[in-house]
Amino acid sequence: MTTVEQERVGFFTDTSICIGCKACEVACKEWNLVPQDGQTWTGQSYDNTGELNANSWRHVAFIEQEKPLRTNGDGGVGLRWLMESDVCKHCTHAACLDVCPTGSLFRTEYGTVVVQQDICNGCGYCVPACPFGVLDKRHLAPAPDLPAFAKEDGRVWKCTLCYDRLKGGHEPACAKACPTKSIQFGPLDELRQRADERLAKLEHEGWNGAQLYGRDPDDGVGGFGAFFLLLDEPEIYGFPPDPVVSTKHLPQMYRSMAAAAAAVVVGVAAAFVGGRS
Amino acid sequence: MGSNFAENHPVGFQWVMEARERGATVIHIDPRFTRTSAMATKWVGLRAGSDIAFLGGVVNYILQNDLHFEEYVKHYTNAPVIIDDTFADTEELDGLFSGWDPEKSAYDTTMWKYEGMEMHGAAGNREEGFGPHGHQAGHGGAGGGLQHGEPPSEDPALTHPRCVFQILKRHYQRYTPEWVAETCGCSVDDFIYVCEELVRNSGRERTSAFAYAVGWTQHTVGVQYIRTAAIIQQLLGNMGRPGGGILALRGHASIQGSTDIPTLFDILPGYLSMPHAETYGDFDDFMQANTSPTGWWGHFKAYWISLMKAYFGENATEDNDWLFKKLPRIDKDNSAYWTLEQMIEGKVKGYIVAGENPAVGNANGKAHRLALAKLDWLVVRDLVEIETASFWYDSPEIETGELTTEQIPTEVFFLPAAAHTEKDGSFTNTQRLLQWHWQATEPKDDCRSDLWFYFHLGRRIKQKLAESKDERDALVNSLRWEYPTHSQIQEPDAEAVLAEISGWEIPTGKHLSAYKELKDDGSTVCGCWIYCGVYADGINQAARKKPHWEQTYVAPEWAWAWPANRRILYNRASADPEGKPWSERKKFIWWDGTKWTGEDVPDFEDTKAPDYRPPDGAKAEQAIAGDHPFIMQADGRSWLYVPQGLEDGPLPAHYEPHESPFDNTLYSQRANPARQQHKNASWDPYNPVDGEGGADVYPHVFTTYRLTEHHTAGGMSRSVPYLAELQPAMFCEVSPELAAEAGLEHGGWATIYTARAAIEARVLVTRRMKPLVVNGRTTHQIGLPYHWGTRMLTSGDSANDLMHAALDPNVHIMETKAATCGIRPGRRPRGKALADFVAEMREQAHSRRSQEQRVEPGEVRKT
Repeated sequence: MTTVEQERVGFFTDTSICIGCKACEVACKEWNLVPQDGQTWTGQSYDNTGELNANSWRHVAFIEQEKPLRTNGDGGVGLRWLMESDVCKHCTHAACLDVCPTGSLFRTEYGTVVVQQDICNGCGYCVPACPFGVLDKRHLAPAPDLPAFAKEDGRVWKCTLCYDRLKGGHEPACAKACPTKSIQFGPLDELRQRADERLAKLEHEGWNGAQLYGRDPDDGVGGFGAFFLLLDEPEIYGFPPDPVVSTKHLPQMYRSMAAAAAAVVVGVAAAFVGGRS
Repeated sequence: MGSNFAENHPVGFQWVMEARERGATVIHIDPRFTRTSAMATKWVGLRAGSDIAFLGGVVNYILQNDLHFEEYVKHYTNAPVIIDDTFADTEELDGLFSGWDPEKSAYDTTMWKYEGMEMHGAAGNREEGFGPHGHQAGHGGAGGGLQHGEPPSEDPALTHPRCVFQILKRHYQRYTPEWVAETCGCSVDDFIYVCEELVRNSGRERTSAFAYAVGWTQHTVGVQYIRTAAIIQQLLGNMGRPGGGILALRGHASIQGSTDIPTLFDILPGYLSMPHAETYGDFDDFMQANTSPTGWWGHFKAYWISLMKAYFGENATEDNDWLFKKLPRIDKDNSAYWTLEQMIEGKVKGYIVAGENPAVGNANGKAHRLALAKLDWLVVRDLVEIETASFWYDSPEIETGELTTEQIPTEVFFLPAAAHTEKDGSFTNTQRLLQWHWQATEPKDDCRSDLWFYFHLGRRIKQKLAESKDERDALVNSLRWEYPTHSQIQEPDAEAVLAEISGWEIPTGKHLSAYKELKDDGSTVCGCWIYCGVYADGINQAARKKPHWEQTYVAPEWAWAWPANRRILYNRASADPEGKPWSERKKFIWWDGTKWTGEDVPDFEDTKAPDYRPPDGAKAEQAIAGDHPFIMQADGRSWLYVPQGLEDGPLPAHYEPHESPFDNTLYSQRANPARQQHKNASWDPYNPVDGEGGADVYPHVFTTYRLTEHHTAGGMSRSVPYLAELQPAMFCEVSPELAAEAGLEHGGWATIYTARAAIEARVLVTRRMKPLVVNGRTTHQIGLPYHWGTRMLTSGDSANDLMHAALDPNVHIMETKAATCGIRPGRRPRGKALADFVAEMREQAHSRRSQEQRVEPGEVRKT
């Protein structure tokens, strides 16, 4: 099959209309056959998923705040409940790609970042490379009643932006299932434009803390393929405020390493030379 | 209000979000700050069980400030009608209406009638029958004999002291903003904000809607909650108009459908009354009692006979009164909780449970489980083995020793059911929209659809009885029971059933297109008159899926709405009395000089002019004037005041919940006097209430609810790994203040107890729960999701075990939204110690109550 370059697509997740139903989490797992991630009651508001990992590719965060909805103090009792569906960012400059030694991680014709499970050898280099902690190795206890998930895995799994659905001309499962269109799928340029208009509207209406996160192509990862409209600072949602591709300094590091290696070579040689004299 | 729209109806909530984005004000009034509150423009917290106080306050605010939509109120409601002088209000009788009989614990509802007219009966007590000359209210209320469909006495100026408008004004005059704030625990400012927003957004140019769910219905005054909202919507002119209405949000995919084609004991399809054992011996009596002389219920006979033709085909004839004498009868309130009582007393032999999990989902779960153990046999049809099917070996009572497996005689049959993806069928949603769904895959193994089960059950029973000459088997033998089947398992054809529901003409077989075509001479077949036309032209109209962008905004070609594909009921009210739209902006149906036209199917006779006045002796719809839109009512108006049809009063009054830590500051009568109680039943003990000794044992208010992640009693979600992990434990929601006061630790455990049970739950301390100041006293509310039971992937204690089974008198629903409880840190006792703990607390409370018991004016004092 030949691959034809497509328009870059992604997600715009607008948290100002997320109702926290978690349909995205379930739809993702249903479509991608992602296994159950254990039944732990966390006590962190209504969030019992906790994080993005190999077995949760969408994660709805719940943040209870004493902060009014509007900057003018409107919105009732000064209480708000932020809900936000997190996902792999499909970075423009993706460190996971850079560090993958097997070529398992690759950039698709849609501009998304996908792990090829038949190639991944579970080395885990990509895990610390991700500035968002998205990449994760799957470890499963054998589950005899669920044969499809039965074997211990060890490979890295994450959101594929439903690569298979895109190939078939469908939108990703989470966006399809989202009842309020909080998760919007489409060509990235279009989404960015839509997000700018949305932000302008919310700012005009005086929403407290409305801001775009990952929309800017000039940020540390070259912009996200899946970016967000947040209602508070990124840290509140557990995001790094200013993410930087972890391989950004790699060339410089290689240069330093080469210089150091050269110095060692020179030093060792000098020692031998010196020894002979 | 009374609903958690975003969490329990997330798919429908997309339209609320869309409305908000287009500038709509969304207000959420609820005891808890939920995911709905988070999305609303404004959240107003109030005490669980105080909604009539709040809404009655809105009525008072509208009336005191003359903010009602005068032209609408004068012409379209019964505001001008003069009420008989036998009526006395709660304001005069300290919390009782006239007609109260303390011996019977019931009202004589004939004392609330329009002046100069005979009226009898009530929607809630169909089961009691109404005597041969009584007029039974059909669903929506019929009426007595009205000449010209007009009430005998009216005052168009609305000033007569006994006209409905003035009665209403006096009834709510003490529901002041300050009193509302004290009673509900909200602020005066928040209350005024709600009033102002509602008024601002109503009138000629704008409309407001109320959305409610079981947060309103599940109370001992549940029906009256909705009635209060109905009064507001009538005063503001928000009924029968686009963007208006009172929307009953449905908790399951086809709960609307299961009342239309009912799973209820007292009605037959299309809200036709179930005959009563003693009252209706005779077909003509039954017809007379149920046929309203005026309004569309005047065609009761045509609806009835068409249904009998659907049931019995050629076997139902005029000569045998369409088999009326052979029909089964009800003889009293034969509802679910009455049946429970009979089970406990050992009077019920067998029980079939389908699509329900009473051991977890019903109030006072323990009573249900003990009752199941008294049956000879039990059939449970469900997707998985639910607690109702497994009670005999793993219920909490096995643990406490109150049940012993070896001693339970019940033979339990578990029959696996097919899911909706495994069968064809329709869902009727909250908008009365029938939407067809198609089978995607064959059911596995022994799983079968409900349609398969009941069809083949009926077929086999008929086979067994075919030779029987027994009189009692005659009706079954008369049933027309032929449906085409397909596939290897012989699944009946769901479309054939839909066609029968829709109806046809005999003998041509021509499919009917609307209920107006039904005849009372046996020449039409129709399984449910309000669904008539869903198979018009031999086409499954419910299966239409034309997208909204290819048609008008009303989208009449998306599926099919009952009745007659009408999207807004009583839409004649969207035009003024002369037939002109109230405003260009809210234009919907109007009179074009010769006929009614507009965006929707008019809910009026097409060519009845606005100036039509009924001639003498006019019957049924012909007795309704051209400017009276509410055509199902005998007088064509909407009812601010309900002269017949309700058990507990013609107007909603604020009553405290059956169990409440607060007194009623308005009336000496504390709670709804007509509520159904099991006063002397050991299986349903009650917590002492405010003013009684021992009330402080159960000082807090609790309310039960659902979470998005689970479905009702959990059979469809606790069994699904992807849902079980999202809410994997029973928890309680408490405020930081209550946590500090009771010593509860976030993430730890709490034991919650009532006179019925004690349960344990993980503690979620959250600012979303707020202590309220009510009548000058701080109260705490505890939130309890009710999804858990002893089984499946995630298990836990059932919140409904805490609940009592006192009921609303009209519809016999329990009060799961507001009751009292105690809470303490730590896990509950295990085994026998659990039963001992509950008994000990109850004893503590009841011994003190016996010294200080409260007797309300509506009760007979025990001697």
